[in-house]
Amino acid sequence: MSEQKLQSQTVQTTGHAWDGDLQEYNNPLPVWWVYTFYATVVFALVYWTIYPSWPFGKGWIGGVSNITYVNSEGETKTHSWNTRALLMEDMNKATAAQKPYFDKISAMSYEQIAKDPEMSGFILSSGKALFADNCAPCHQAGGQGKIGFFPNLTDDDWLYGGSFNAIHETLMSGRRGYMPAFEEVLDGEQVDQLANYVASLSGMEHDAGKAAAGNVLFRSETAACYYCHTSEATGRKDMGAPNLTDNIWLWADVPAASSGEGKVAAIRGIIAGGLNKGVMPAWSGRLSPEQIKVLTVYVHELGGGQ
Amino acid sequence: MQKGLEDQLGLYQKRIPIFTRSVKGRFRRFKTSVLVLAYTVFFLLPWLPWSRLDAPSQALLFDLPGRRFLIFGLTVYPQDVVWLALLLFIAAILLFFVTGLVGRAFCGYFCFQTLWTDFYIWLEYKIQGERPARVRLYRQPWDREKIIKVGGTHGLWLLASFWTGLTFVAYFTYAPRLVVDFFTGQAAAAAYITTGILTLSTYLAAGLMREQICTYVCPYGRFQSVMYEPETLAVHYDARRGEGVHGRASARAGQRTLTERHEKGVGDCVDCGLCVQVCPVGIDIREGLQYKCISCGLCIDACNTIMDSFEFPRGLIRYDSEENLASATPAAPKVQWKRLKTIGYGVALLLMSAYLVYSVSTRGSFDRAVNQIRQPLYVVLSNGDIRNRYQIRVTNKSAQDQAYAFSARGIPEGALDLGNFSQITIKPGHSGLVQASVRLAPDLAAKTRHFELLITPVGKAAEARSETVRFDHPGQRP
Repeated sequence: MSEQKLQSQTVQTTGHAWDGDLQEYNNPLPVWWVYTFYATVVFALVYWTIYPSWPFGKGWIGGVSNITYVNSEGETKTHSWNTRALLMEDMNKATAAQKPYFDKISAMSYEQIAKDPEMSGFILSSGKALFADNCAPCHQAGGQGKIGFFPNLTDDDWLYGGSFNAIHETLMSGRRGYMPAFEEVLDGEQVDQLANYVASLSGMEHDAGKAAAGNVLFRSETAACYYCHTSEATGRKDMGAPNLTDNIWLWADVPAASSGEGKVAAIRGIIAGGLNKGVMPAWSGRLSPEQIKVLTVYVHELGGGQ
Repeated sequence: MQKGLEDQLGLYQKRIPIFTRSVKGRFRRFKTSVLVLAYTVFFLLPWLPWSRLDAPSQALLFDLPGRRFLIFGLTVYPQDVVWLALLLFIAAILLFFVTGLVGRAFCGYFCFQTLWTDFYIWLEYKIQGERPARVRLYRQPWDREKIIKVGGTHGLWLLASFWTGLTFVAYFTYAPRLVVDFFTGQAAAAAYITTGILTLSTYLAAGLMREQICTYVCPYGRFQSVMYEPETLAVHYDARRGEGVHGRASARAGQRTLTERHEKGVGDCVDCGLCVQVCPVGIDIREGLQYKCISCGLCIDACNTIMDSFEFPRGLIRYDSEENLASATPAAPKVQWKRLKTIGYGVALLLMSAYLVYSVSTRGSFDRAVNQIRQPLYVVLSNGDIRNRYQIRVTNKSAQDQAYAFSARGIPEGALDLGNFSQITIKPGHSGLVQASVRLAPDLAAKTRHFELLITPVGKAAEARSETVRFDHPGQRP
């Protein structure tokens, strides 16, 4: 079958002719296509009545599907369909779904919560979200903190105590860690001696002679380190004075220094300059008692507590 | 060929109605048996009982709210999505494999569109009669007879569509209760919506649109065409035999026997047109292989009936390959599978099916995931020990509550700390989270790169599974 014959059989023309012989092919649409097109028109009309559609004056036509939700101020609002209202409605539902758990939590003791598998699961997931929203900016997402700035919550050293009650107190009222700058009362040699002594406490490389002098200085009234760090140098939890005999460093970045001298220098810097940045804000007004309880258990479990 | 404007008034092309003639034969029988089998399975399966401890006693239940598929004795959870992927892969390869061998066999005999259409045509035939009666009815004005017969047909179609929709929904909820709830107005909104949509779409697709779905809507029919090869068996008209030298001709006196016809140079085709009348997509197979052909074989049955009545040899229309038809001396048509592509598809099909069977039959009674907590990777404790923490997730895939215990291999006893829970009890189909930590002295930590974490269902030591877990320490370079 030649090409021309094929065409004349299958392709029709509209019958219009211009310039004598210029014709227009007619390729009719399949009927199902046309009906589908009509169906989309009907769909659009239905859509316009249900959902917000056309601009109208200064506003728009809202459609018949309204969403009622309770906003963060506790007011009940009704709004034409939009994704923000939909989110609020979803949040209301989620809050309602969480409520039985929070109610249970406020009725249980810390020990009961920690030993209940279902509640522990809830603490793990809800605590993770609460921690990420409120705590992670300082303590980092996993609670690992940052040396020189924010304490690590995943180790077994607790500046202000690792019991449920101590953690709860820290969260409710906040904390303020302070150490005076000793370069104002001691000379450089004395600061160096103290730094060597502190390095010796956790078995690090140090100058034995300087450390011995530092030991004396530590207990003297000149430096009076033992007031806060105790004469065993194990710290005082009521003041947040850290234990100097363990392997954990918060303020002096000892782990980052590669040489023994560098480690001593890091300690020396803290003794000389002191610090006044160990600030934990109080959360009692910002989080609900149940949320604080969840966070207390969550943080306790991060490092195993005390 | 110029046509007048009056012929072109419509903006769209109207469907040419197809009234198929019923036919008897091998392919009709095969098509009917597939239809009966498929309908029996589809419509009765939701009603098959199956006793279970923790779920409705329905053999096949796709429990969407419970996030599990109950398939006889097997419970499939979302974690088993790889099985679905395998199943889809197998289905696709099977389609390619079969299409390469015998053309669009899926379209003709197994596709639900053609099956339902076939059933609807049968209903139409039962009410309105054979093809000539239906054509007459179509042409006559809307009188009492036409209203009753056509209305009755559409009524039955709607009923069949409705039951199709309701049966589909019955796979997703406990069937006996669904039917009661459905008619007392207590079923879920989703049940009404799904049934409604399926009723409408089945009615439209199988009753009204029919072959237009295959021609215009369905992509499978089109892309199966590219899998045809010269060796592929397809429904073909043997033009050489049918047309002879002078073309086809009716069997009037003087050209009734094959000898007479061959002497006159006329082909074996008596031009009865039965092959066109029985075709559900309304094509003339004598024009050659075409994209609309769903390869249902009804024209073969029709032609064979005629050939038999004239005592001509059968097979003027038959399953044959283009290669064979084009050869000088056509051999008896047979399935030709000795091709690299076909063998490749066959091997892939076997491998994937074997893997699926293996994967399903060796499935564990629980799923587990041991994730090392990465923030921080390790913690230095006050005495210098190194601690790594892990989150263990166990999903209970068995049918009853199960307790799971945890232990470690490759690290000293007591190094694994499970906090407050030495074991955890999980409900069927649920997951449980356990926080574990491992504490090692610095020198041991430096030597430990991995250890084994063993999860044992309490009382079923044989089902224990172990996971190799990483241990990190400060001396490690990432």
